[in-house]
Amino acid sequence: MTTRISLALVTLTAMATLAGVAHATSTLDTVKQRGMLQCGVETSLPGFGIPDDKGNWTGLDVDTCRAVATAVFGDPTKVKFVPLTPKDRFTALQSGEIDMLSRDTTWTQSRQSAQGLLFTGVNYYDGQGFMVRKSLGVTSALKLNGASICVQQGSTSEQNLADYFQTHHMTFKPVNFDNADAIIKAYDSGRCDALTTDASGLASERLKLGNPADHIILPEIISKEPLGPSVRKGDDQWFDIVQWSLFAMIDAEELGVTQANVDTMMKSTNPAIKRLLGVEGDYGKTMGLTNDWAYNIIKKVGNYGEVFERNVGSGSPLKLKRGLNQLWNKGGILYAPPLD
Amino acid sequence: MLARHMPLGFGFWHQTAGFDIEQALIPFAASSSTYGTAFFVGLLNTLLVAALGIVLATLLGFLIGIARLSGNFVVARLSAAYVEMFRNIPLLLQLLFWYNAILRPLPAPRQSLHLPRGAVLNNRGIMLPGPHAAAGSWPMALALVLAIALGAGFLMAARRSRKLTGYARGLGWWGLALALALPLATALAFGPPLHVTMPQLQGFNYVHGLSIYPELLALLLGLSLYTAAFIAEIVRAGIQSVARGQREAAAALGLPPVQILRWVVVPQALRVIIPPLTNQYLNLTKNSTLAVAIGYPDLAQVFMGTVLNQTGAAVQIVFITMGVYLAISLVTALAMNLWNRRMALHER
Ligand SMILES: N[C@@H](CCC(=O)N[C@@H](CS)C(=O)NCC(=O)O)C(=O)O
Repeated sequence: MTTRISLALVTLTAMATLAGVAHATSTLDTVKQRGMLQCGVETSLPGFGIPDDKGNWTGLDVDTCRAVATAVFGDPTKVKFVPLTPKDRFTALQSGEIDMLSRDTTWTQSRQSAQGLLFTGVNYYDGQGFMVRKSLGVTSALKLNGASICVQQGSTSEQNLADYFQTHHMTFKPVNFDNADAIIKAYDSGRCDALTTDASGLASERLKLGNPADHIILPEIISKEPLGPSVRKGDDQWFDIVQWSLFAMIDAEELGVTQANVDTMMKSTNPAIKRLLGVEGDYGKTMGLTNDWAYNIIKKVGNYGEVFERNVGSGSPLKLKRGLNQLWNKGGILYAPPLD
Repeated sequence: MLARHMPLGFGFWHQTAGFDIEQALIPFAASSSTYGTAFFVGLLNTLLVAALGIVLATLLGFLIGIARLSGNFVVARLSAAYVEMFRNIPLLLQLLFWYNAILRPLPAPRQSLHLPRGAVLNNRGIMLPGPHAAAGSWPMALALVLAIALGAGFLMAARRSRKLTGYARGLGWWGLALALALPLATALAFGPPLHVTMPQLQGFNYVHGLSIYPELLALLLGLSLYTAAFIAEIVRAGIQSVARGQREAAAALGLPPVQILRWVVVPQALRVIIPPLTNQYLNLTKNSTLAVAIGYPDLAQVFMGTVLNQTGAAVQIVFITMGVYLAISLVTALAMNLWNRRMALHER
């Protein structure tokens, strides 16, 4: 039944697209009029985007949405989270059902050129890996010849998997599902020998298993997965807002501005901090926002490091290391252009 | 679409797919097959599950429908319970139930259950000894087509001759002999058309043989059991619509119960049964799109799922998919209407 409803929805969407319900008004105006940002997120991925039993969302991707809502409204609660399967996420963005997508989504050439998405940045540098049961005795992905592998439908993982096995002259049997819970269930019941997705996703999915310690993540990382928020093409102002909401969080960390000290930092004499917090210049106004846009993000959501640690780092069950996602001047590759 | 920066046209059809599909009835490889081939893989998987589902649901539905009218109280009650249970639980839940019910208790490949004749059962499905094409398969295919054509020709000639002269002149027998001799001779000349391979454990999985995956089993089971409940009701209504006097008259003539059913009740009941039966067949086919929930690679899953997601050609793909389901429905309805016409009362 659900499929038929979603079939009908996709059709309607498609027809609406055909009719060209064009963007007469800007996305920012639409969002303001609605009083709410509509942000596409995961259905359930601990640490990145997951609702609790009361419907409160948490996660790195979820907080990326909150940063944008805060930039626009000064209020991180003005977001409606729209859970999307990987398969449906692009259609939802193209059709205007959501204003932005912040959902574990890899920045690729075809998604940008052929699917009409614009990636505004990277909020998590990742790569694809494999998880297996310890009892299987497998220690390397190169030993997976002939294995049944559970994989997310409509993901880069699906293609990377085929590429990797072909390059290494191995075969595999794919078992595809359209949502994360079905994958983890099938893997848990032994339908697959291995589960593959982004390494962060593996760490996250492993938490859903009965005894996480029975499973290991293999050392091979077989792809580049720069994950980040994206918007529809054709609205440069909206692109700027989504892009700089993330950059502001990264710059804040670099400048040492935190949720706790942001108020005292208002008195800082550092010109970069003054510009970031709107004490100087019209950086907010040029994007159609108020000049305290970044101040609000840091105050109400936090800087990138804080958001990272809280959701996926040391303050979370995932305990992911910063690794590549450390700032560029601290050994990572996280690098936001200056707010000048 | 331009405004949405979505791809136009059907250029994607010939692009390399780049993803793999576990159950493919035609050769499919991520690195060399196209999105177009992926479409056909999905379509064939849909047709496969729909065809098998229709056969199973019909057999089971007729059985239960007839059992429900049985004089045996227990049998009648059990059938009624079956109908009430299966048609009142949402199909999606039933599918998820069967999928887990099949997967959970089954052992991993290395601990497989061994069935008679080399068949193997584990949580990757049922592996059977499987036929594979051999050197003789093309000549044999040709020989079979020829044999059928010749056989039919001879049979028709025999009929005409009987009509005209009253003698068949043994033509039918000649036809039959030819139809048998031709494939036999081909097999002798070109070698056997098929060779059978046995499932074999190799590393993680069984290879060779014929694998029936748990996704297909669960979908087939779910669709058939669910639809059978509706068909049973249709059959019951059909049988009850046949006047009691008909049955009594047949019994008075001394016909045994099975013959009464076969020659008196069923032909009349079918007139009532066929039209709503068509609806059930159409429903079963459309419901097969719930495959998505348990990862069976049907047309909706492969084409409207992965292919749409990768190419972004949403409008084209949705229209093609709708067109295909419409076509399948129309063909099914047409076939059923033809059958209905044959069964209808011919007033003289
Ligand atoms: N980064 C990859 C894969 C992302 C992905 O969808 N991963 C799945 C598997 S872990 C996921 O996020 N599932 C969570 C959900 O659906 O809620 C992509 O963009 O295609």
